[in-house]
Amino acid sequence: MAEKIERKIVIPGEVIAEGNDYLPGEGAEKNGNNIVALRYGLAEESNRLVKVIALSGVYQPRGGNVVIGKVESITFYGWVISIDAAEDAFLPLQEVPKYVSKEGLSEVLDIGDMVVAKIIGINTRGIDLTIKSRGLERIDDGLVIKINPNKVPRVIGKEGSMINLIKENSGCDVTVGQNGLIWIRGEKIEDGLLVKRVINFITEKSFVSGLTEAVEEWFKKEKGEKK
Amino acid sequence: MAEKTFKRTDGRGVEEMRPMKAKVGVVPNADGSAMFSFGNTVAIAAVYGPGKMHPQHSQNPESGTLRCNYNMLSFSVSDRIRPGPSRRSTEISKITGWALEPVLMIKRYPSMVIDVHIHIIQADASTRCAGINAAALALAHAGIPMNGMVSSVSIGKLDKQLVVDVDKNEEDWEEGEGATDIPITMTQDGKITHIQLDGKIDDVQLKEAIELARKATKEIYEVQKKALKESVNLNEGGKK
Repeated sequence: MAEKIERKIVIPGEVIAEGNDYLPGEGAEKNGNNIVALRYGLAEESNRLVKVIALSGVYQPRGGNVVIGKVESITFYGWVISIDAAEDAFLPLQEVPKYVSKEGLSEVLDIGDMVVAKIIGINTRGIDLTIKSRGLERIDDGLVIKINPNKVPRVIGKEGSMINLIKENSGCDVTVGQNGLIWIRGEKIEDGLLVKRVINFITEKSFVSGLTEAVEEWFKKEKGEKK
Repeated sequence: MAEKTFKRTDGRGVEEMRPMKAKVGVVPNADGSAMFSFGNTVAIAAVYGPGKMHPQHSQNPESGTLRCNYNMLSFSVSDRIRPGPSRRSTEISKITGWALEPVLMIKRYPSMVIDVHIHIIQADASTRCAGINAAALALAHAGIPMNGMVSSVSIGKLDKQLVVDVDKNEEDWEEGEGATDIPITMTQDGKITHIQLDGKIDDVQLKEAIELARKATKEIYEVQKKALKESVNLNEGGKK
């Protein structure tokens, strides 16, 4: 059995592993007998699959991702929505969970409105969105903050552990878009700002192991200070 | 014997480069950025994208586009240079793009554009090489998929002597056959992606020059690698 590869920072063209014991995952390639990194990031191995986790760069849309976007313009058939990616996404009329007349598009979503949507397809024509699912809706209240999209997995945590911790401790409802936009709804503005601060804390410490515990500590300290 | 007696203006050995410095993340607003310097030559590069190509008719649905922009700041030399694009900067912008494209997997971004802005903040010859090195770092830092890195160095021929990493005093060499400047860019496995020649040289010496560049780019590659690896501290957490 091949030995476990240590987590390390790799640069494009660097050999991560030698031999036929490993398979190339995302951001890696097989070149002869070696697994070579294709991008700058953190190389990680699990079950012999070697992948490179991005540390930087713009958001790469993927099917099934929940994203938060802003309405850029309205067409006859739907809305053009900017999701902070290289391309704008499109939300067609059919993907809204109620009947909308051709005149009533701006009543559902007007230019400048923000919306939580899900990517249903990416093809050569562009990215298609839907809001026909639970939790997908127009953003009417609360605040939206932007973080580096590469830190989103840290904010969510393993199986949502981190995000649940944040929700429990702040009493806020938090929706994290994969494109790095986060929607926070709390009863009081202070609660929302607390979430904003803790998210900034997470993004700064994103490489620390045992981050969930550190965030728990952070909440304890924050609450202690208030009393 | 010539190698022993040859004196460079700043006392360096013929194969000795000026001290190099590299740093990534110098422009926080950009998607990727880097600084690279050879002695007094300092270049910064910022990468934006991949993003939407405008105007639409410039989009290429088969492959992405790399748009490089090389610029020397007016205070980068002692005689103020006129700001704005010039014949020279347009040429170097083009050349930089060609030097970088072979390692870039730009086909993955159809109809999109990657912008690379290179600014020379201090010039002491070899500015295009410093620019290419900074741009390669910035592209890697922006998370663009690449087959590898490129490193660039200028090989000079002063009279009959080959030297590595030419500075401004040497570029203006007038004795004997004068100065010949050969900027060369290579991938980390020593494949040439860019070579220019400004002057006269014979085929034997040109081959020697390429070998010298191969050695020098390896050194530069190590500096680039170190800069990228050290920009993230796994134990302390967060980017520096």
